[in-house]
Amino acid sequence: MADKATIRVFRGNEDGGEFKEYEVETYTGMVVLDAIHEIQAKQAPDLAVRWNCKAGRCGSCSAEVNGKPRLLCMTRMSHFAEGEAINVTPMRTFPIIKDLVTDVSWNYEMAKKIPEFKPRPRDADGHWRMQQYDIDRIQEFRKCIECFMCQNVCHVLRDHDKKKEFAGPRFFIHLATLEMHPLDTLDRRQMMKDDFGLGLCNITRCCTEVCPEHIQITDNGIIPMKERVADDFYDPVRWLLARFGGKKKKSLPIVQSTGDAGEDTHKTKKPKKTA
Amino acid sequence: MTDKNFETHEHDVLVIGAGGAGLRAAIEASAAGLSVGLICKSLLGKAHTVMAEGGVAAALGNVEPRDNWKVHFRDTMKGGRYLNQWRMAQLHAMEAPDRVNELEEWGAIFDRTHDGKILQRNFGGHTYPRLAHVGDRTGLEMIRTLQQHGIHTGMHVYMECTLTRLFTAGEGDDKRVTGCFGYWRENGKFVVFKTKAIVMASGGIGRIFKINSNSWECTGDGQALAYLAGAELMDMEFMQFHPTGMVWPPSVRGTLITEGVRGEGGTLRNKDGKRIMFGYIPELYASDTAKTEEEADLWLRESTTGIASKAKRTPDLLPRDIVARAIHTEVKAGRGSPHGGVFLDIATRRSAEDIKKKLPAMYHQFMELGDVDITKEPMEVGPTGHYTMGGIKVDPNTQESRVKGLFAAGECAAGMHGSNRLGGNSLSDLLVFGRIAGEHAAKFAKSVQAKETDKGAIEAAEKEALAPFSRDEGPNPFLLHEDLMNQMQKYVGIMRNEADLASGLKEVERLKDAQSRISVTGNRHYNAAWHESIDMRNMLIVSEAMARAAAQRKESRGGHAREDFTEMDKEHFAKVNIVLRYGKGGDMELEEVALPPVPDEIKKILEEKE
Ligand SMILES: Cc1cc2nc3c(=O)[nH]c(=O)nc-3n(C[C@H](O)[C@H](O)[C@H](O)COP(=O)(O)OP(=O)(O)OC[C@H]3O[C@@H](n4cnc5c(N)ncnc54)[C@H](O)[C@@H]3O)c2cc1C
Ligand code: SF4
Ligand code: SF4
Ligand code: FES
Repeated sequence: MADKATIRVFRGNEDGGEFKEYEVETYTGMVVLDAIHEIQAKQAPDLAVRWNCKAGRCGSCSAEVNGKPRLLCMTRMSHFAEGEAINVTPMRTFPIIKDLVTDVSWNYEMAKKIPEFKPRPRDADGHWRMQQYDIDRIQEFRKCIECFMCQNVCHVLRDHDKKKEFAGPRFFIHLATLEMHPLDTLDRRQMMKDDFGLGLCNITRCCTEVCPEHIQITDNGIIPMKERVADDFYDPVRWLLARFGGKKKKSLPIVQSTGDAGEDTHKTKKPKKTA
Repeated sequence: MTDKNFETHEHDVLVIGAGGAGLRAAIEASAAGLSVGLICKSLLGKAHTVMAEGGVAAALGNVEPRDNWKVHFRDTMKGGRYLNQWRMAQLHAMEAPDRVNELEEWGAIFDRTHDGKILQRNFGGHTYPRLAHVGDRTGLEMIRTLQQHGIHTGMHVYMECTLTRLFTAGEGDDKRVTGCFGYWRENGKFVVFKTKAIVMASGGIGRIFKINSNSWECTGDGQALAYLAGAELMDMEFMQFHPTGMVWPPSVRGTLITEGVRGEGGTLRNKDGKRIMFGYIPELYASDTAKTEEEADLWLRESTTGIASKAKRTPDLLPRDIVARAIHTEVKAGRGSPHGGVFLDIATRRSAEDIKKKLPAMYHQFMELGDVDITKEPMEVGPTGHYTMGGIKVDPNTQESRVKGLFAAGECAAGMHGSNRLGGNSLSDLLVFGRIAGEHAAKFAKSVQAKETDKGAIEAAEKEALAPFSRDEGPNPFLLHEDLMNQMQKYVGIMRNEADLASGLKEVERLKDAQSRISVTGNRHYNAAWHESIDMRNMLIVSEAMARAAAQRKESRGGHAREDFTEMDKEHFAKVNIVLRYGKGGDMELEEVALPPVPDEIKKILEEKE
């Protein structure tokens, strides 16, 4: 009494390819990745797909289903209506290696360019004290599983291919983590502007929409960073304070990410707090 | 069709595996100023370590000032039923706090106590709240921290590159590693690495079981490669079945539910609603386990709110082997849940808000994959193949194997956990022994000259890798793997006996023959079937080792339970580890090796009472 579903999978590489149609037997709780594995085991043994955890934790299985970026291991087959087409394609923004596997090495190159965390000295008793409420925000960013789906949908990368001058949302939240880290001592704001192209982001929020970890990339990460960079470079008083005002960047008032900062031209919505 | 066009790379130290152990080893070797190559089968940051949930064990004493390395050491030895290499357990307990603090230095952001220090939570077998954690995604925090630090140390990372053979020179006690051989997953091209020292950090073997919590990478590659190169395997009979895997729906059967659920107050119940663990408290743990629900709840309430509880611990947090067998027994006796597990209830124990805050990944996992809202309903759980205590036998002080210059750390190494690992002791193991292995590999590399790799060995490795393409027809590697998983689950699983183990070995022999006839089609570009056919060799080696060692050990202890020998054997098996090596004719040789003697001052620590 097993039900059946039809899946179309892109088969090919950077030089081109085609959709191949496969029929699979479905079972309770089945996800698209299970279907791909079924196909691999019984119909197309050389079908290429990445995966590791099959629990939405590692960010390996990113692809597009019916044009939408998704983790294949977290996309239930029951999500699709009976008879609805299920088209599985590789992420569009990155070069195709084979079938559903893309070359995401650019992201790893970008990661290397970001100067690493540099903490202030420990307290006298060897601890570093941080209050939980001071790190809630950056712990949200640290939930990132590097699925690169936000990079995949960001039009600056997807349509304009600005991979040289734009780090992309994944790395903006990494930069935001470092910037908001209570212990960090480096100032990366100049870089964010000059090297990582923060200014190219025009707050479309497409990245936030696809993030499987529900990280408020735009509202909690990018916008506050834009504000800090703007403060730094366009408000001379704050600029001086930041440069010479003793404790450096942490002496700046922490700008809330909610809409009431009000200076930007866009309208910000209240960030949803995702625990 | 031998392909002569392999590329060659050379490093002083080569680290195989980019999980916690490999990354930590590579960081250490880089810090010694050497050229380091780090190789992994997946992308960087995706290794199995990323899935670790509950936390990393270290006696920081932030929540419970009475905690210290001696208590941690004692808990670890007791959890392993004293089959651990005491020196490794000691080093681990002593160094874990430094390693955790060091992560903070590199940017890790652990959950905090009220006074701003690293928060610690309860876990099975740990006397005090000891696991530093970040919600239920501690492994992610750890791997990301090591990765972000590691890439700035100058190490060279080779991603999606699978190694299939180690090269050695010399014989017997002079045998030394010279390099290794592998292929790029992307295009199937071969690659040879020349090196003076190798740290094996290739992780576990969970994929040999039908129901498991492991990723595709956990195929025992490192154990098999080291074994084929002349290193010894030890404690291979000890497999940890984690008590709480998902059992429903079928798609996620085996997927892990963190012990943190019980650490936060979750309880195990059978279909009659009865809390099962009070009926399964073994003598070894009787004196420090609560006997009534009231006492267990008092302990939970106090210790989850940061109060140093005087009450005894809940039996829900007994070590994993005990809890897993209790569930197994309940299900067999017909008291299980509808899909063959038992119930794990957190919904009636904590507020919805607490659950979402403390166990967000569990909440989402069940919501999205199981259609269960864990803030309202109990979960259905059952044992899942999770962790191997066995692995490459190493020197407790240096992590060096029997082959010179070949070191091992993390899950692929043996000795630290004895017959059963405590939760949280793996992440700390990775850090402590990753560092030690890296340090000693660097020392070794500095003390020797590189040696040429043997051309004949390279050719043989090429031939072996390409063999499945040369056969026009033969078994399908995916179906063979499925077959192996089913046989291991059936015959070498959570409950074993002599007849089953003999059947298991016979099945492994049958599958070895089938593996030698596998045929794959297509080209070498990212060819999943080809990769699987190569992994099969390794899985069969570790499966055979497990079945042989399990047949030899005629007792029940930790992650090895026999229906025909239900008790621990204090006379003989309490005193030996089982060691396996590649014999002269290619057969697997087995030997019982006496445990190293425990010095008096260590004995004293073990006997102290809290
Ligand atoms: C779901 C889950 C939750 C867990 N939770 C906890 C927890 O809370 N606390 C805890 O202490 N432990 C936990 N564990 C156990 C712990 O995560 C693992 O034991 C540990 O991460 C293993 O780390 P490792 O560095 O040894 O290997 P892994 O992280 O498994 O890494 C192995 C590396 O070796 C590479 N590799 C393997 N074979 C080859 C090859 N042939 N060629 C090249 N590279 C190769 C892989 O690509 C990978 O990079 C958990 C395990 C699971 C499955
Ligand atoms: S908000 Fe910015 S970073 Fe995000 S998708 Fe839009 S342009 Fe890209
Ligand atoms: S921020 Fe979200 S979408 Fe982007 S890589 Fe991380 S997890 Fe994926
Ligand atoms: S396989 Fe890990 S996120 Fe899908």
